[in-house]
Amino acid sequence: MIRDHFKVMVVNLTEGRGNIVKLNGRDSEMGGSGLAALLYGKYGKADRPWNDAEQPVIFAIGPLTGYFPLMSKTVCAFKSPYHDQYTESHAGGRTALAMRFADIDALVVTGRAAVPSCLGVGSRHLEIKKADFMWGMDVAESGKLLRRMFKGSGHRSIMRIGPAGENGAAMACINADTYRHFGRLGGGAAMGAKNLKAIVIQGDEDFFRPEGKEYSPLFAEVYSQLTSTDMMKKYHNLGTPANLKSLNKIQSLPWRNLQATTDPAIDGVTGERFADETLLRNSACAGCPVGCIHIGFVREKFMEDNRYLYRQVAYDYEPIFSTGTMLGVTDSFSVLSIMDEIEKAGLDVMSAGVALAWATEATEKGLLSAGQTLVPLKFGDTGAYRQAAAFLGAGANDFYRLLGQGTVKAAARYGGADFACVLGQEMAGYATGEVFFAAQTLGFRHSHLDSGGYAYDQQHEEQNVEGAVDFLMEDEAGRVGLTCMVSCLFARGVYTNEMLARCLHAVGYAAMAANLDAASRHVQRLRWQTRFATGYDIRAMTIPKRFFKVKTWKGPVDPQYLNALKKSYADRIVALLNQPK
Amino acid sequence: MKILTTPRMERCIGCHSCSLACARLVHKRLSWQTAGIRIHSSGGLSTGFIAKNCLACSPAPCAAVCPTGAFAQRTGGGVVVKKNLCIRCGECARACPVDAIFLDRSGEPFVCIHCGRCVAFCPHQCLEMVNVKGQPVEVEEAL
Repeated sequence: MIRDHFKVMVVNLTEGRGNIVKLNGRDSEMGGSGLAALLYGKYGKADRPWNDAEQPVIFAIGPLTGYFPLMSKTVCAFKSPYHDQYTESHAGGRTALAMRFADIDALVVTGRAAVPSCLGVGSRHLEIKKADFMWGMDVAESGKLLRRMFKGSGHRSIMRIGPAGENGAAMACINADTYRHFGRLGGGAAMGAKNLKAIVIQGDEDFFRPEGKEYSPLFAEVYSQLTSTDMMKKYHNLGTPANLKSLNKIQSLPWRNLQATTDPAIDGVTGERFADETLLRNSACAGCPVGCIHIGFVREKFMEDNRYLYRQVAYDYEPIFSTGTMLGVTDSFSVLSIMDEIEKAGLDVMSAGVALAWATEATEKGLLSAGQTLVPLKFGDTGAYRQAAAFLGAGANDFYRLLGQGTVKAAARYGGADFACVLGQEMAGYATGEVFFAAQTLGFRHSHLDSGGYAYDQQHEEQNVEGAVDFLMEDEAGRVGLTCMVSCLFARGVYTNEMLARCLHAVGYAAMAANLDAASRHVQRLRWQTRFATGYDIRAMTIPKRFFKVKTWKGPVDPQYLNALKKSYADRIVALLNQPK
Repeated sequence: MKILTTPRMERCIGCHSCSLACARLVHKRLSWQTAGIRIHSSGGLSTGFIAKNCLACSPAPCAAVCPTGAFAQRTGGGVVVKKNLCIRCGECARACPVDAIFLDRSGEPFVCIHCGRCVAFCPHQCLEMVNVKGQPVEVEEAL
């Protein structure tokens, strides 16, 4: 509900109790990214390791969550097992609306449960249930059990981890409502370190609609823009997989561990191919009429006499890149079957696919043996990758346990660092050029969503260090405003700063509306300060040699331009930290 | 008289836009519960969605058990609701055979009044207003 402060539920798993905390900062930190950073400042232990029992795992929503369409995302913040620094990961699903209707702006989980446990919260309940019987279960199996263990079907969010999170893999995700994920930088391990298998949030409260004449007409205006125009068509038609064909065409799609950026075999894994052959249905995050979630199916013959089973797998551009083109797998159903194994293990699909791509090239080059990979890895070998995904999630041996900590860490022991496709973390699927490579390497989340560097590469053939870095800094500031609200970034064309200010004003946040730009810049800096306080050495970030050998539509990557961008972008981020408030 | 129907729920993507619209526009609430139509997964997200809404019974068992006349039979099926007569006894919700009536924390009942304002918010045309003979009717633009 609308309030001039934050209402935060803080749960201490060690004590098995929680409390409600009233926190100031509504007009300055706003919510989402800002609230998460504020809470890490209050509850985080910057100088202790990520798996210290007292480290918090934070979930935060924003001032517009549930009040307007596509305000449907949640920010999860934690000290990452990947780099032992502060980070955020974002997800859709039902979590955001469940938190809104549970009447909490944030959930902070601290401590460590004595035995594997599940946490259930709502507007009128807090319960911690023992779940040692669930430890070791995959994501799908545990989801089915959780649905029986907790009430509130349809009006709740179920977040859970798989074996990867239990085993401390730095690329373990938190699965949110089966088809969405807090994917990157190891949130699953942050939960696993707390002996926390799952969180179930029940949205069981209701509020009066905002008063005044502004709200309902503005809702209708926003809804109309989001559904009646072509702006969102690309997301609900083919969805993000539409990018596969176009990026392949402009030599920007990573293939076989980024040994190529285009390949005629793209025809087997285009958005059209997935839609025509594998698409079972669509789904939506709660509060979003766009419905961009594309769900395909895998079908398995498990017995003679035509005995089959099927499972549903959500697909998007990034998972198809990481388990398809990056692994040289060019059949849509094969790609889905690899994704399915990664889903069950509770791994981040982007990181896992890229890590296995490196392992395959390392195998080709004789750096890894079959004894280490347990199954011979070869580009295009779907069966091998399905087994390897399960080994990676389970931490089946020393090699997989180390690979689960990150490709660079494995390469440091086994060799092959030059071709580890890591830009701060395993790369996103954009071999678009120098600006994106610098942006992901240094960006706050090391995510393609930190800023639109991939778009800048595609729109600018000329080299302009100053212009590109200006763009990255400004674009990040704008996106921070959205991730404070917390909007789906697909709606960024509708939710301009002007529109956000109108929305905030309509629900009663007049001061925040008037101060939106300044508050976004404050949060942008606060996030960076929080990251640096946990040990970020931005000057030490490196870009593996493989990225300097990439050829895009603009020609070969220019090492001097890439290095200049990286230096200038780092300088600007450091300068932002030192700006007077 | 027109009634709300849900003939194409197999198209539902679980966005809750209909129930949020009902709560917002009809009941002046922000909620996915205090609404005349409520969306639930039908046994997990992998099995699709169901709508819990009034099926326009005639005679309506909820109206029959209402002791104060707050729920009265609506011509064409369903009920006419007079909230100022309601004593929060909850008998209506208990009488409904399809769990279409939601009681909030105070016991206030929320049920579909067949106004059709939710229909335009469904992106996949799962919902439809029909006349008492079951023929589709035009819905005024709810937006």
